[in-house]
Amino acid sequence: MAQYVKLIALGLVTLAAAIAANYGRDLSYQVHAVLIMLIAGALFLYEVRRTDEPVLAAPQNEYLDSVVRAGVIATAFWGIAGFLVGVIIAFQLAFPVLNFDWSEGYANFGRLRPLHTSAVIFAFGGNALIASSFFIVQRTCAARLWGGNLAWFVFWGFQLFIVLAATGYLLGGTQSKEYAEPEWYIDIWLTIVWVAYLAVFLGTIIKRREPHIYVANWFLLSFIVTVAMLHLVNNISIPVSIFGSKSVQLFAGVQDAMVQWWYGHNAVGFFLTAGFLGMMYYFVPKQADRPVFSYKLSIIHFWALIFLYIWAGPHHLHYTALPDWASTLGMVFSIILWMPSWGGMINGLMTLQGAWDKLRTDPVLRMMVTSLAFYGMSTFEGPMMSIRAVNSLSHYTDWTIGHVHSGALGWNGLITFGALYYLTPVLWKRQGLYSLKLVSWHFWLATIGIVLYAASMWVTGIMEGLMWREVDANGFLVNAFADTVSAKFPMYVVRGLGGVLFLAGACVMCYNLWMTVKAAPAKEQSLATAVPAE
Amino acid sequence: MSNETEHDKEIGNTGHEWDGIKELNNPLPRWWLWCFYLTIIWGVGYTIAYPAWPMINEATAGVLGYSTRAEVAEEIAAVEEANGPINAKLVAAELTEVSDDPGLMQYATSAGGAVFRTWCAQCHGSGGAGVQASGYPNLLDDDWLWGGTIEDIHLTIAHGIRNEEDLDSRYSEMPAFGEILEEEEIVSVVQYVKSLSGTPDDAAQAAAGEEVYLDNCSACHGEEGLGDVFQGAPNLADAIWLYGGDTETLIETVTYSRFGVMPPWQGRLSEAEVRAVALYVHSRGGGQ
Repeated sequence: MAQYVKLIALGLVTLAAAIAANYGRDLSYQVHAVLIMLIAGALFLYEVRRTDEPVLAAPQNEYLDSVVRAGVIATAFWGIAGFLVGVIIAFQLAFPVLNFDWSEGYANFGRLRPLHTSAVIFAFGGNALIASSFFIVQRTCAARLWGGNLAWFVFWGFQLFIVLAATGYLLGGTQSKEYAEPEWYIDIWLTIVWVAYLAVFLGTIIKRREPHIYVANWFLLSFIVTVAMLHLVNNISIPVSIFGSKSVQLFAGVQDAMVQWWYGHNAVGFFLTAGFLGMMYYFVPKQADRPVFSYKLSIIHFWALIFLYIWAGPHHLHYTALPDWASTLGMVFSIILWMPSWGGMINGLMTLQGAWDKLRTDPVLRMMVTSLAFYGMSTFEGPMMSIRAVNSLSHYTDWTIGHVHSGALGWNGLITFGALYYLTPVLWKRQGLYSLKLVSWHFWLATIGIVLYAASMWVTGIMEGLMWREVDANGFLVNAFADTVSAKFPMYVVRGLGGVLFLAGACVMCYNLWMTVKAAPAKEQSLATAVPAE
Repeated sequence: MSNETEHDKEIGNTGHEWDGIKELNNPLPRWWLWCFYLTIIWGVGYTIAYPAWPMINEATAGVLGYSTRAEVAEEIAAVEEANGPINAKLVAAELTEVSDDPGLMQYATSAGGAVFRTWCAQCHGSGGAGVQASGYPNLLDDDWLWGGTIEDIHLTIAHGIRNEEDLDSRYSEMPAFGEILEEEEIVSVVQYVKSLSGTPDDAAQAAAGEEVYLDNCSACHGEEGLGDVFQGAPNLADAIWLYGGDTETLIETVTYSRFGVMPPWQGRLSEAEVRAVALYVHSRGGGQ
């Protein structure tokens, strides 16, 4: 019966997509309609051929790891794609001639920039979060993922979201909200996928065989729930036509700006901080083979972090049409957030107490510890930049870009690499990684790359801010905008080189992981879910 | 956990274990807790001092009475007050005599430079060298379409060029000769025009173009091609080209004509600013 319902649904989707492709009003919408028609049609044929064939029941006493393996591959793939686009746009800024005439309207900076940010945050970071959360929740609940193949729907549904978003940007389908660029129908699709993700995660926690919920799962759950809320509110819009990609935002003016940065800041807070802290709370103790430093710290900093983060958004709108009171509150909450953010760093670093010697021998652990150091640095820098007086210098300059990348490359990037190095031997049942020496190479390439990136952006950002505000004795501006642009050129080249090193490190990692799967000695390992400790 | 240390035993753990991970009972680090308390206390104090808490009708104003808008207004008022007398002096002065007063001239060029970098650099370049590909004139040379005296430059900046917003705008229009002349006539007149500054590709064609030139172009550009600043007709004999002097560009210019516009700045800028930027441009080297 379910089979027939599925067939009817797929048939209807194929038909609807064909109609949409026919009446589509813009290129982005038409290409997406054709894409959806092909995918739904192919799935329809696949299901028809499978009708009435015996279905192998999945062993319910084993972990569902195949979807995590797919997630590891997707994370590595989108990581390389996102870093590569980042390197390209970094050089486009240094050498504008790289915005080629022949690719104008498709691959110029304006089209590629959202492709880069979405690819690294949502495709690379999102796949890392989905894969590692599926792994962590099973291990720490001693239970197989809830919902059967729903986890696979989440995985493929999320990849479809990425492809629709990315192709949409290149073809001009964007609602022009930073980090929320995808148009209305892509937003609706992501909502469906995200609800399924929440169901799988929560279902697994509910059917857990451990008496308590591990701290990593608190963070991961807060990430999934809050991102759902942010996504829904920031994307409330009315499509101009059911057959076109354009939509009109419900909010207008400063209210739209405030909703956007409430979303934007908490995408950082809950996607890139809470979610990745969830990863950290599993992989750091596992890799160090040490107990978590303090349960008390984890509970206090968790609640403080998620309560405070949600109010900090207005610091993105200092000195704008936003009323002063909102700007003050955004700044105050950002500064009080400093210690709760550092709680995660302390708990991670102090978990190594009694195992610091492992940093000498284990480059994977070194990567995780460095990621915590970058986390600490950017969660100090963030509150500092939210102070109105500092912000009046830093805002709109490259300092912001440097800040974001010390967090994104240093914290999110390195902790994800650490997780991939941990997961690959476990998931493919290998005794260990193919080469620890290559991990060391990756570590140094990435770290030097981040330092070049962040340092050059600090220098150029502060220089730019000072040049913008420089006035002569009579109060007249000294520099033209174009003067600041040309002054930044050398630092733009250094930034691009930093990006090249970071990308090169990620390529070394992919080779190492590939060889681990292909060539490292196998290890016999039971797939059965663990028996609860007590 | 396998590697439980003496210290771990002393601290104790919560008694739970997940996939081999335990949690120790370490207390909150004191420095961390005190820093957290301090930021909270500071936060309460700051929100009392500054506008912060939204109430039913409006937000609390803060005991310091701070406002970002008031702060900006004060800074602007302070600059305007400081520069008030010298601005008045600049507006009252004869434009041709400003350069005789070094203090006033120094003020006018630094003010004019700031105006130029903010409003003019987008088209004319931050150094004022123009952009030939787009027909934005070079302001550093001595070739002036509408005249290079300080009064001429002031009039151009105040009222702009070829726009309907300002009735005093400079205005003229070259016909699109593609609708008037035959193609070969255009080719030959372009060769003649090139010969005026000494570089024809083809002497025979240039000679043939002379008659076309005298019949169609000389009314504005003059019989010798020296142009006419009263109608913005460029000098064709000085080898300085607004859109480019190669054959292809000149054929395009003659066939389709050109219609460069510039906005009027009177009203958007104060009279003192218009005068300052006129003096700045005049002083860049090409002023007559």
